[in-house]
Amino acid sequence: MHSVSYLQYIPLFPLLGALLCAVLGPRLKPAAVGALATVMVGASFAVSVAAFFEVRSGHQALQTVLYTWNALGGLTVDVGFLFDQLSAVMALVVTGVSTLIHLYSIGYIAHDRSPWRFFSYLNLFVFSMALLILGNNLLVMFVGWEGVGLCSYLLIGFWYDGWMKEPGGQRGMANSVAGMKAFVVNRIGDFGFLLAIFLIVVTFLPKVADGRVLDFAVLRALMEGGIPSGIGLGIITTICLLLFVGATGKSAQLPLYVWLPDAMAGPTPVSALIHAATMVTAGVYMVARMSFFYIQSPTAQLVVAGVGAATALFAATIGLVQRDIKKVLAYSTVSQLGYMFIGVGMCAYSAGVFHLTTHAFFKALLFLGAGSVIHGMHEEQDIYRMGGLKKYMPLTYWTFLVATIAIAGIWPFAGFFSKDEILWQAFNYHNEVFPEAGRVIWAVGLTGALLTAFYMFRLVALTFWGPERFHEVLHGKHPHESPWTMTLPLTVLAVLSFGAGWLAMPHIWGPNLFHHWLEPAVAALPPVGGHHSGPGLEWGLMILSMGIAGLGIASAMGFYRQDAPLPTRMKAAFPGLYRVLYQKYYVDELYDTAVIRPLVSVSRGFLWKFFDVNVIDGTVNGLASAVRLCGMALRRLQTGLVHTYAYFIVLGALAFVFYVMMMLSKGL
Amino acid sequence: MNYLPSILSTVVFLPLLGTVLVVALPSREKNLLRAVALLTSLATFAASLNLWFAFDPAASGFQAVERFWWLWVFGVQVDYHLGVDGISLLLVLLTTFITPVVILSSWHAIEDKVKGYHACFLVLETAMLGTFLALDMVLFYIFWEAMLLPMYFIIGVWGGPRRLYATIKFVLFTMAGSVLMLAALIWLAISFKQFTGNPTLTFNLLEFYATDFLRPGTAQSLMFLAFTLAFAIKVPMFPFHTWLPDAHVEAPTAGSVILAGVLLKMGTYGLLRFAIPLFPHALHQFAPAICILALVGIVYGALVAMVQPDLKKLVAYSSVSHLGFVVLGLFVLNDFGLRGAIYQMLNHGLSTGLLFLAVGVVYERRHTRQIEDFGGLARVMPMFAVGFMIATLSSIGLPGLNGFWGEFPILLGAFAARPVFGIIAATGVILGAVYMLWMFRRVMFGPLTRPENEVLRDLSPREIAVFVPMIVVMFWMGLFPKPFFDVMEKSVAEVLARHEQRLGQAEVPRLEIQAVLDSLAPARKN
Amino acid sequence: MSWLPELQHYVLLATALFFIGLIGVLTRRNAIVIFMSIELMLNAANLCFVAFSRYLGSPVGHLFSFMVMVVAACEVAVGLAIIVLIFRERRSVNVDDVNIMRW
Repeated sequence: MHSVSYLQYIPLFPLLGALLCAVLGPRLKPAAVGALATVMVGASFAVSVAAFFEVRSGHQALQTVLYTWNALGGLTVDVGFLFDQLSAVMALVVTGVSTLIHLYSIGYIAHDRSPWRFFSYLNLFVFSMALLILGNNLLVMFVGWEGVGLCSYLLIGFWYDGWMKEPGGQRGMANSVAGMKAFVVNRIGDFGFLLAIFLIVVTFLPKVADGRVLDFAVLRALMEGGIPSGIGLGIITTICLLLFVGATGKSAQLPLYVWLPDAMAGPTPVSALIHAATMVTAGVYMVARMSFFYIQSPTAQLVVAGVGAATALFAATIGLVQRDIKKVLAYSTVSQLGYMFIGVGMCAYSAGVFHLTTHAFFKALLFLGAGSVIHGMHEEQDIYRMGGLKKYMPLTYWTFLVATIAIAGIWPFAGFFSKDEILWQAFNYHNEVFPEAGRVIWAVGLTGALLTAFYMFRLVALTFWGPERFHEVLHGKHPHESPWTMTLPLTVLAVLSFGAGWLAMPHIWGPNLFHHWLEPAVAALPPVGGHHSGPGLEWGLMILSMGIAGLGIASAMGFYRQDAPLPTRMKAAFPGLYRVLYQKYYVDELYDTAVIRPLVSVSRGFLWKFFDVNVIDGTVNGLASAVRLCGMALRRLQTGLVHTYAYFIVLGALAFVFYVMMMLSKGL
Repeated sequence: MNYLPSILSTVVFLPLLGTVLVVALPSREKNLLRAVALLTSLATFAASLNLWFAFDPAASGFQAVERFWWLWVFGVQVDYHLGVDGISLLLVLLTTFITPVVILSSWHAIEDKVKGYHACFLVLETAMLGTFLALDMVLFYIFWEAMLLPMYFIIGVWGGPRRLYATIKFVLFTMAGSVLMLAALIWLAISFKQFTGNPTLTFNLLEFYATDFLRPGTAQSLMFLAFTLAFAIKVPMFPFHTWLPDAHVEAPTAGSVILAGVLLKMGTYGLLRFAIPLFPHALHQFAPAICILALVGIVYGALVAMVQPDLKKLVAYSSVSHLGFVVLGLFVLNDFGLRGAIYQMLNHGLSTGLLFLAVGVVYERRHTRQIEDFGGLARVMPMFAVGFMIATLSSIGLPGLNGFWGEFPILLGAFAARPVFGIIAATGVILGAVYMLWMFRRVMFGPLTRPENEVLRDLSPREIAVFVPMIVVMFWMGLFPKPFFDVMEKSVAEVLARHEQRLGQAEVPRLEIQAVLDSLAPARKN
Repeated sequence: MSWLPELQHYVLLATALFFIGLIGVLTRRNAIVIFMSIELMLNAANLCFVAFSRYLGSPVGHLFSFMVMVVAACEVAVGLAIIVLIFRERRSVNVDDVNIMRW
């Protein structure tokens, strides 16, 4: 570990940017605020690049410790940053994509009431995200973890007095409600994360001399030679599963994915940056970061990969029928995050993180393209009211198409390499708890790939191809292409979506650079003997997945070209299935009736109105009434007549005399 | 830096001096009265800063001790005895910091009987500081009861429509506890006298600390319960909390702030100063039960807060939940829990204080506290929205702000003691986000639906001067908690070490509740 | 040789005086008469003090009887003032008429 003194500038530049935007922003022109924010994130990217080269040349991780944050109970926590190969990938992706999206936002948000607020939040987000990926211990990571949640909350509810528009045109959920939902669901995940931290502290603290038990390096060293003696596998599995609860919240996996589709209430650049490229991948990063725990626990691996696979398929089916362009992309994100969890769950960390990287490029591109479409369509998001946009927005169309092909997994686009690597790893994965897990997950992933190709090309077909259905919405106006600040990022991302795949070639073709780069930073499963698959099989699987993707594309094109009547007929043939999918399996409704409403009504009806008001306060006021009653009874003695009092005095005196005499006679 | 001579007495009685000045001034000079009160409280804060800079965290025991005979009659010896340690130091600073803030906050809110109002606040400050610094138990009791009077008037004279009910409820609840405490206190002193054979009856807390004079048994348990009940009512712990929402709703803004900010800490401070160190065996027996009450309070307070239609009631119930965390931290009896609890006392003072100030800001403008009367205020009051948001986030324990370093160690301590406690308490973190953000959304976000809300002014410079210091301290305590934790280290370690040592010397019978609890929520074995 | 009263005669006389006074306090309605009855009881006590003082050969009893006289004088001064005020107010010194302290 090499100590350097500049890592803190990666988060600090955006923080400074956020403060400047907040303070100076209201007095500056929108473009100037945007430029300021972009430059700050760009500076952060530059520092990341510098650090990347230092790691590359020195072959060791960098570390900056600013100060000791707190020390108590034997536990010591630093505010420190770690820049190893894994954080390097994340930092480059996050700051790089952020810079592009900041640039894009200048044009997007120019006509808003308060662009400075937007850029301030956005910079604050980059700051938090940088803390999350650079923190050298779990608590600094947790600061970032909560910080990105906060920024997500603020940005989803950026137009805090507005509503989402349902495809039918009616009012949907309020933006501020969507933000709150995101924050609260994330908090449920954080509950797991916190408990995992507690369990790590109480388990490992006795084994660490200087109390820095939450440092990744210290934990990793402890776990280097397997599980330390005196600690059961059950505890490690519990830690892994609790951490994964946190990951399901942040990375929108089953059963906590429900906030992400509603997070589309935020401005589109926000969806691109936070809810596609960066924040939602934090869970994947975290699992990779804690790889030294996960490789020990087959159960945890199974759960992570299983949940990932289930989510990948589940979200893809919902994505098939959504009408809102951003909703389709949101479910696609949930599904792709599932693929990443398949990868990191099976300890194929480079595969998972590589998919994270390529996904950041093509999904950011898809969202930005969608933003460009929405911008051009004057805030219309219903794809059934688009069509034929290819003619009006050529650059948007071509870049969008590149991203779509990439996500569908067609060679030689980036998505092919990353997704295929995950499926290949799944096929070869061996889990001792459930030996067939790898094949099952592979099959699920392959099905998901089919659906992905289908719904993505459905999206392209309905948006860009076919007849123009937008005239009634636009009232004669024409959709228009966006300004260069918006199309330049599209182009850059399109290049990356096309070319990034070559960083991680299948090993039958060439060196997997990405895998070699990440190797020092993540733990690896010990190789399993007698489980080698030949190159022939790998070729076969590759061709199979290409064929599957091609099938998906072809059927989507067949279904949706030229307004073929087939989709309508399908809808009519399976109305129940269609409705269930369109209503997202009624999961939101289920949570609402099973959890939220009972909780609120029990709290209001029983705890507050009955227990607090009647039982506790009833007892208190009852006591008061009892005292009052006694007083009422006793005051009858107070006749006001001197004689009564005199009689009582005499009686008292007599009683006293009598008592004394009794005592005396006893004594004698 | 060294302690200034008689610094503790100076800190305690400076506000009283200010009271004399306030009383001597003519009633019609309202601004002069306010200025004198503000300057006095600022001077007190400045004086208390000497304590912070002179305090030696490495030294054990109490510092800057002042002691002389005060009452010595009929074989009863009551001393004037003040001292500061790492626990009281922080609470003294909290008190001296919040008092000028609240005096500034009520500059325009109070136009009626201004003289009496400020006199009450200054007397209250003296009483609060005395309570934190007294080392003689009778002196403590006197300051403790002296707090009640000004607060009684603050709620009863300058309060809302149901102020009489609220203020009497507040006083009676507190009194009910404190008479029990008085009885236990005398009993304790007599036990000490019998054990040592002293000719006089003394109430010196330091001697009580130094001597292991109580045997395990019913007497100790009864004394412990009496003390605990007195403080539990003040905290307030579930199920003794129902005075709090009423008192908060009826109190003027400044009263609510000082009530939530400092007065409630008297309860937790008392638990830590008396109930925990003096009765080791009873503590050992009853701690799990008290932890369970605290857990119930955390969840119950949060759930009830969630459905309150009144802003102040919501914040009041959230206090029940937050102070549940504090009590839990105190009674899990480890370093994480205790230091986290002390920090959480400060955090709660700041964040809830700021929340009440924020409620006061909108109340002054709209004369309503019903959540449904608001909505969309972020558009007309952007600066207020920022301040209110930071208070909210601090209250829900967002890391980077102060709240985190209170909640996190407490939860960790609870988890280290009994994992189930940690798990249940951690649900409070989720629920905290639910009720606070829901409230914030309904007040600040959404469209502006009511025309009367469209003309609301944003924060005035005076209100900014109230908000900014609080927010600065919140960030400071969130980013640099270590100095604060270092200050308490020695004092907390002494409490824990003494407890371990006393407990080790005697066989303590197990209560049945402990056996039940151990089967349901096993303690963690090391 | 003449007959000298002994201690028991004084005590008997004092007892008789005391009970006369007591019955007067309990049965009469006129405030002035009640007052006089109280004085009678005080004097009974005084008589006891003096008698015992003489019997025991100690001056303390004498001192106490002076004390009682002083207290009685004060009481009369305050009490009569109150009675005069009540009379002015109500035109009556009957104690049964003065019952505004009733519940």
